[in-house]
Amino acid sequence: MVEFSLWDILRNLLLAARWTILLSLIAFAGGALVGSMLLLARLTKRLSLEWFCTIYVKLFQGTPLLMQLFLIYFGMALLGIETTPWSAAVIALTLYSSAFLSEIWRGCIQSIPKGQWQAADSLALGFFDQMRYVIGPQAIKISIAPTVGFMVQAVKATALASVIGFIELTKAGTMISNATFKPFVVFACVGALYFSLCYPISWYSKRLELKYSVKH
Amino acid sequence: MNVQLDLGAVLAEWPLLVKGIFLTTFMIVVSGLLGIVLGCVLAWMNTQSRKFQMVIASVYIEVIRNTPFIVQLFFIFFGLPSLGVKLSPLAASMLAMTINLSAYSAEILRAGIESIPKGQLQAAKSLALQPLQTYTNIVLPQAFKNTWPALVSQIVIVMLGSSVCAQISTEELSYAANLIQSRNFRAFEAFFVATLAYLGLSLILRTFLDKAIARLIFKSTHG
Repeated sequence: MVEFSLWDILRNLLLAARWTILLSLIAFAGGALVGSMLLLARLTKRLSLEWFCTIYVKLFQGTPLLMQLFLIYFGMALLGIETTPWSAAVIALTLYSSAFLSEIWRGCIQSIPKGQWQAADSLALGFFDQMRYVIGPQAIKISIAPTVGFMVQAVKATALASVIGFIELTKAGTMISNATFKPFVVFACVGALYFSLCYPISWYSKRLELKYSVKH
Repeated sequence: MNVQLDLGAVLAEWPLLVKGIFLTTFMIVVSGLLGIVLGCVLAWMNTQSRKFQMVIASVYIEVIRNTPFIVQLFFIFFGLPSLGVKLSPLAASMLAMTINLSAYSAEILRAGIESIPKGQLQAAKSLALQPLQTYTNIVLPQAFKNTWPALVSQIVIVMLGSSVCAQISTEELSYAANLIQSRNFRAFEAFFVATLAYLGLSLILRTFLDKAIARLIFKSTHG
């Protein structure tokens, strides 16, 4: 029987971790893109758009990510689109992140005092100039820390892609543990790798929070 | 292209779904309670001046908060038996949920504890209350009141996260959906119904905790 050393396990996990990183980056970038479109739709103050965005966010925050993954995986197949675990995971995680990010950013914009909007109005600035010169810079400053904090959630969310068969860190862990019969070591390593991905981001987010939490 | 949805085939298996909903509810009730209690203990350890307790609590909190729930679940269910701790799927799921919730709620409570005015602690001290008495009678009630909405959100998140527990064959709601789709090959419909059930559960749980429990705990006009 082949013996697996700790290094064999770790090396294979590290190779799989690349997919976790790639998937998190794509999910985060895609989520930011779709999320900012949702945010814009909300800011237009048109009632139908606002309703759509509210329901969209509530749906994605009120249902398990795992179910969203399954629905997209099987739903795309039902529509006749060829699905792979990869495409389903990318789409599901993008939509999931977009809901959270648009909600975070909306909160940041709402936290800007009314007076700022009124002042910008009284200067006869149009909507885009208001965003560009008055509200945007302030809101972005507040939003940096929670946005970076959400990246941790995005990385952890990619672990669920293992369930629909996408081979990333968690799936690789399951496969290796089945091959080596060392689940304790393997899953401890998997956990340690996730930790080493997420902890620096959490730490950085906490630091940003301290940095930007200027005395109000 | 012709898409036909057959929800009837899924709803015909309603006893399975109901059983799944019951187990999911049971899991979140038990681990919700235990998780919050453990969170209080951790938050207490975190406020201690004794370095040792503080380090243990914060390492625990950071490790749990920075690893995915599914990995914690797999570690408990697949990894721990090699140390001689063999748990049933249900016990492992509830343990993982409890551990996960405890770390997040400790972190939430910490923020609540920090927001309590210093005068409260000094007043307690001047009444000769012991540190533990101060914590349970003065600090915790206020921290709970300040952070209750965040705690409720976290409990709902853990409930939604419990859908992963089907992966270790805990027979909760998403397991039921999986079982149904393996019987009638209506995968999309099965998960669609389960998703709606989760949505309903999360709305009910949130309303229940926000209104009923908040009134019970805080005995005021709150909520």
